This record gives sequence, C-alpha cells and structure tokens, in this order.
Amino acid sequence: MHELSVTEKILDIVLKHARMNQVRKVMSITLIIGEMSDLENEWIQHYFDYLSKDTVAACAVLKIEKVPIVLKCNPCGQTMEIRREEIGGTCCSGCGKAGDFSIISGREYYIKEMEAE
Amino acid sequence: MSSVKLIEVKEAIMSDNDAAANDLRKRLSSEKTFLVNLMASPGAGKTSLLLRTLAALKLDFNMAVIEADIDSVVDAEKIAATGVPSVQLRTGGFCHLDAAMVVKGLEAVDTASADLVFIENVGNLVCPAEFDTGAAMDIMILSVPEGDDKPLKYPLMFSKCRALIVNKIDLLPYSDFDMSLFKQRVYQINAGIRIFEVSCTSGEGIPDWTGWLKQSVNHFLEKNLIQSMTPGTHN
Repeated sequence: MHELSVTEKILDIVLKHARMNQVRKVMSITLIIGEMSDLENEWIQHYFDYLSKDTVAACAVLKIEKVPIVLKCNPCGQTMEIRREEIGGTCCSGCGKAGDFSIISGREYYIKEMEAE
Repeated sequence: MSSVKLIEVKEAIMSDNDAAANDLRKRLSSEKTFLVNLMASPGAGKTSLLLRTLAALKLDFNMAVIEADIDSVVDAEKIAATGVPSVQLRTGGFCHLDAAMVVKGLEAVDTASADLVFIENVGNLVCPAEFDTGAAMDIMILSVPEGDDKPLKYPLMFSKCRALIVNKIDLLPYSDFDMSLFKQRVYQINAGIRIFEVSCTSGEGIPDWTGWLKQSVNHFLEKNLIQSMTPGTHN
C-alpha cells in the first residue's frame, strides 16, 4: 500500500533531475531495490503511469534491479548470499553457526539512473 | 535526431523523508526527548504494552503518546485514563507514518518538558518499516498467536528494530509457537536485537522490558546533558 507514496517520491526525484539536465522526455528509470524490500514492480509502474501523465516522465519505463540478500557471519566473517525464503533457516556455510549475522546487502532503496532525451 | 543520454541519479528514494527524520532526531536530541516508534500488527498489543509501560515508568519520566491508529478513540481514552497526555494523529487512511506526520503530531506535545514520547504507529508489519519517523529507537511487538514464521515474511521490520517484545506468552501452552526457532530466525537478520518475552495480561516479563527501556532513556538523557554542557559538541 505504501507504493503510492514511494512512487510520488520517485517521480519528485526524477522530475528534479530532468529539470537539472534540461531534458524533454524521460524514457526509463532504473531503481535499485534490495530483496528484503516489499516493493511490487507491477504496482509501482501503474502508480507511476498515473502520477506522471502530464509530466516529462510520462510513459517512462521503470526498471527494477533487485539486489540479493548477503549476510556476513559475525563469528567467522564468511559472507553468503541467500534467497528471501531462506531467511531465518540457514546456518553459516563456513563455521556452521546460526543466528549471528550482519546484513551486507538487501536493503537498498534508491534511484540509480535514468535515460532521457 | 534527438540523442538519448544516461543521467546518473544515485539518490535514495526516501531522501526527503530521511532528511526530515534526521532533522527531527537532532531537534529532539537537543530538547532531551527520547522518541520511541512502536510498530506491530493490529491486535498484537500495542496499547496494552503502552499502558503497562506508562504505569511502570510514570514516576521516572514525563511521558506522552502519539496515537496513529485511525479507530483508536478507545485507545486514546485508555491512555488518557493513565494521566499521560495522548495525541490523536489523523493518518487519512495511510498505512504508515512518515517523519512529517510525526512532526505534526509533536506540535501538540510539550517536547521541552517531555522525556519520553511513544508513537503508536499504524498496525501493520510492512509499510511502517520503510519510513524513518525520526525516532531515537524503533521497537516492535510480535504476539504469540501471529506465529513464529513472521520474521520470514516481514524481514525488513525485524531487521530494523532495536527491541522486540514477544507478547501473549501466557498463550504459549495453547500454541505451536516455537520460541527458540523464532529467536534463531530473528537473530539471523538482526544479531543485536533485544528480545523480551512478556504477557501484558499477567504482567509477566514487563519489569525486564521497562527496566531496559528506563536504562536506555537515562543513557540518552545523560549523553545529551553532557553534550549540552560541553561547548562545541552540538551540531
């Protein structure tokens, strides 16, 4: 449900950069989103199309690059990539311990770039 | 023919909210007000935990509560009955609070004299996790009937909180909730989190939680007192 407010924020940032670069039309926007986030591609595009229709970003395609969840085992330093469904169920592939990890990636939430003319 | 160019943006989607949240944190730090953002599913026991917490700490701190729940006239009345001021924040159907809404809610709170303010966030485990409210501490409640698999479904929420209160432990005998498996799942995404097992009905475990919170608030107040007495250390 928070996709609508998130989409407004994305559009604000995109329009700001469009003005700064004096572009006529934004064709695509690339978002970097960690796997731990619940952002839904389909909804974001729907909301974006609706919100952007009278702007230079109308019809722009949102591309979402997902960043995998990577954990680091605190006792031994081993890093490992896991799928979202594996959260909470894995032990360290290095030392075998469970439940003492730092999150290295998977919480990203930013706009990387946009294509415009 | 027009040329297509690639514009590097590299900007956090939440940058506006993050900036507003950081400003609020700075302001509250100088006013020596510790803001706690309480998040949970509907029915997990947010109001019950607040009532227990207010009762335990009323002699220690000047407190206030910001209620974000839309249908919480009942909640607000319960809080008001304790003598602690509570503010009803209209979220307009929003699924979360952001920093700007919290700033609005704080207008009705005398932050200069309050030591400890609680935000009762909107009841859900998804949206509030994405928005920094400007609180000094994020905490959450998970109640036993919700199940021990929730860290797998809502990892972001569990990964960002400093403390997790497992409520309704009096229902454990009637449930297949596996506490050790649950904790293992939580620690995997948040090794530093403090977990408190409580029952707001019986009061079991409440002193551990309120004792820890009291210590955290005192630590915050002392740190900010020292900063305000030491020239050149504020930002």
